[in-house]
Amino acid sequence: MLATRALSLIGKRAISTSVCVRGGHGVAKVEDYALPAYFDRRDSPLPDVSYVQNLSAEQKSLKEKEKGSWVALSNEEKIALYRISFKQSFAEMNQGSGEWKSVVGGVFFFIGFTGLVVLWQRKYVYGPVPHTFEGDYKEKELQRMLDMRMGPVQGFSAHWDYENKQWKK
Amino acid sequence: MSLPKPMMRGLLAKRLRFHLPIAFTLALTAAIAFKYTVTEPKKRAYADFYKQYDAVKEFNAMREAGIFESVQPTGK
Repeated sequence: MLATRALSLIGKRAISTSVCVRGGHGVAKVEDYALPAYFDRRDSPLPDVSYVQNLSAEQKSLKEKEKGSWVALSNEEKIALYRISFKQSFAEMNQGSGEWKSVVGGVFFFIGFTGLVVLWQRKYVYGPVPHTFEGDYKEKELQRMLDMRMGPVQGFSAHWDYENKQWKK
Repeated sequence: MSLPKPMMRGLLAKRLRFHLPIAFTLALTAAIAFKYTVTEPKKRAYADFYKQYDAVKEFNAMREAGIFESVQPTGK
């Protein structure tokens, strides 16, 4: 139970340390943290308290009627009783939102921005590459790899035709 | 307003009954596919390479190319 309460604080809504919007009722005082809370969670279907704490006169009379036979309740009254106890039904709390599109868009945007930063870095921050990347040096390096027969079965030298001194077609 | 009572038990078992055979089949298929597209060709490639491999000839070719430090090319 402690875990569910702790998890509910980092659950569906982002909650700052000093202000808490609980169950859509409004700003809760700091002391309310010590009291049982209402939360809509799929894996904890029966919260510690009902959603509506302060019943109106109409709701109070409905609660009295609930103590009698439930067959006497109409469908609207049953729904009203449900809404007293719960804020969102399972269907409502589980419905997805379009938030993922914003998230994906933001991700792409920042990856693109990072690309610009990297380009700028390459031009203005990094020094020249080592001399081992120059054309002549690379040619000699690759020729040495062929001479050594590096990767002769499926790798580098396997693609070189040693008789005709060219790459295999 | 009388809805049918929903499934209360055996939800995981039902899911496993459906998904486990699929999972096993897919895993097996992946392993078989990898064996016959990667490991068998690789084994064949190595076998074919070494069937016609003359170590001494290769050594002399490498020696002439001048990559060894223990032996020099025959010219010197």
